[in-house]
Amino acid sequence: MSNTPENLKYTKEHEWVLDNGDGSLTVGITDHAQEALGDLVFVELPEVGRRVDTAEACAVVESVKAASDIYSPVRGEVLEANTALSDTPETINEDPYGAGWIFKLRLSDASQLDDLLDATGYEALVAEEA
Amino acid sequence: MGLETPLFAEHQALGGRIVPFGGWDMPLHYGSQLDEHRAVRRDAGMFDVSHMQIVDLDGSGTTDFLRRLIANDVARLKAHGKALYGCMLNERGGVVDDLIIYLRGPERYRMVVNAATAEKDLAWVRKQSSGFDVDTRPRRDLAMIAVQGPNARAKAVDLIPAALRERAAALESFFAAEQGDWLVARTGYTGEDGFEIACPAGEAPALWRGLKKAEVAPCGLGARDTLRLEAGMNLYGQDMDEDTGPLESGLGWTIAWEPGDRNFVGRSALEAQRGRGGLRRFVGLLLTGRGVLRAHQEVLSRGEPWGEITSGGFAPTLQRSIAFARVAPGIDTECEVLIRGKHVAARVVKPPFVRNGRPRIDL
Repeated sequence: MSNTPENLKYTKEHEWVLDNGDGSLTVGITDHAQEALGDLVFVELPEVGRRVDTAEACAVVESVKAASDIYSPVRGEVLEANTALSDTPETINEDPYGAGWIFKLRLSDASQLDDLLDATGYEALVAEEA
Repeated sequence: MGLETPLFAEHQALGGRIVPFGGWDMPLHYGSQLDEHRAVRRDAGMFDVSHMQIVDLDGSGTTDFLRRLIANDVARLKAHGKALYGCMLNERGGVVDDLIIYLRGPERYRMVVNAATAEKDLAWVRKQSSGFDVDTRPRRDLAMIAVQGPNARAKAVDLIPAALRERAAALESFFAAEQGDWLVARTGYTGEDGFEIACPAGEAPALWRGLKKAEVAPCGLGARDTLRLEAGMNLYGQDMDEDTGPLESGLGWTIAWEPGDRNFVGRSALEAQRGRGGLRRFVGLLLTGRGVLRAHQEVLSRGEPWGEITSGGFAPTLQRSIAFARVAPGIDTECEVLIRGKHVAARVVKPPFVRNGRPRIDL
């Protein structure tokens, strides 16, 4: 079974969001997502400073199987991208909620977090899609 | 729900991720496709290939029939047990399917065709065989396991029935030996040494478990695809099909033009194509920029459309992305591939990319 930490928020696109408490968010893909994609072999990261809209495609992960877009969970500005993933995309498979984070965003409006799913809501979504 | 091979319960017990493939429910991987790929390149892996269709053919007209049916020439099979790769063509010179065929005895052959095309193939074979004394017998009573990798034969040989073991161990490449309903062939689809073993369906689970015990890694369709791509081997439906024939799919070597009076199905269409010229080339690509090559991406030469990728992916042995592409005539060593709207640099190379665990192209 895949793992869904309680302290994170989730999107319907299978991303997780960590509120860092300082107006910034960290974004990655869920354990369920990495398992469904299979071994990851390539990551295309967003440029630092890029302004993104909610649900805008801003990164790509490619597994042995296929390419998948990563969408921004909220409107904001890219603060940092996990450049270590360029050489070791498999980190996302190994540690999706830790070293496998993909990018950080500066949140433009904190109320947007309310639109995200909590762990229970995300697990229900996964169960529904299965 | 798709069809299940005699090994379906084994795949489930091993936690295989099951996906639909050509009407069958088959394992894609058992955890990590990359680990499975590496196991085959470095040690030994096994694949359930029971979904592929075995067809036995016999009758006094079988050789004559097969020399008409297949663009390669079964008359090249001089020794019993010898295998030949080839294509059945339609009258337009397109490929009905690719196959491997074994000579088993005088006027006795076995061919193995693709799973997704099995029904179409059987109908085609039966239609073409009218007027020949030939009996076609599909063998759904058999299962098939491919054991591949540098240590595959050593690990598998003890599990082969005693009456066949010695002959199986002595097989040369592209030969088969059989005993009862067991047929062991030194063939494969990975670019590594190994066996493809056909046996009665009821005996397959014990063979599978024996191989597992001998530390042969179970491998799914995912690794099968990356291994064959690295090995420079075509996949039917992707690299060639009923509209795109062998001359534009890198399969010209499978056409036996001589003797010139052998009138195989599709011959006149191929001769016309050859006479017209302007045939598209089938090339290998190595991505030198960043990204992953995938089927149907557009290939450009000096900014102009040049062709399309037919099969592409990440090559675990090379840690780079590779592809086959069909391109317009003309020699170019550098090109670009359109990936999500961006032009990414690639180099034209000659497959195979990998053989026997080692890269065969300059990176």
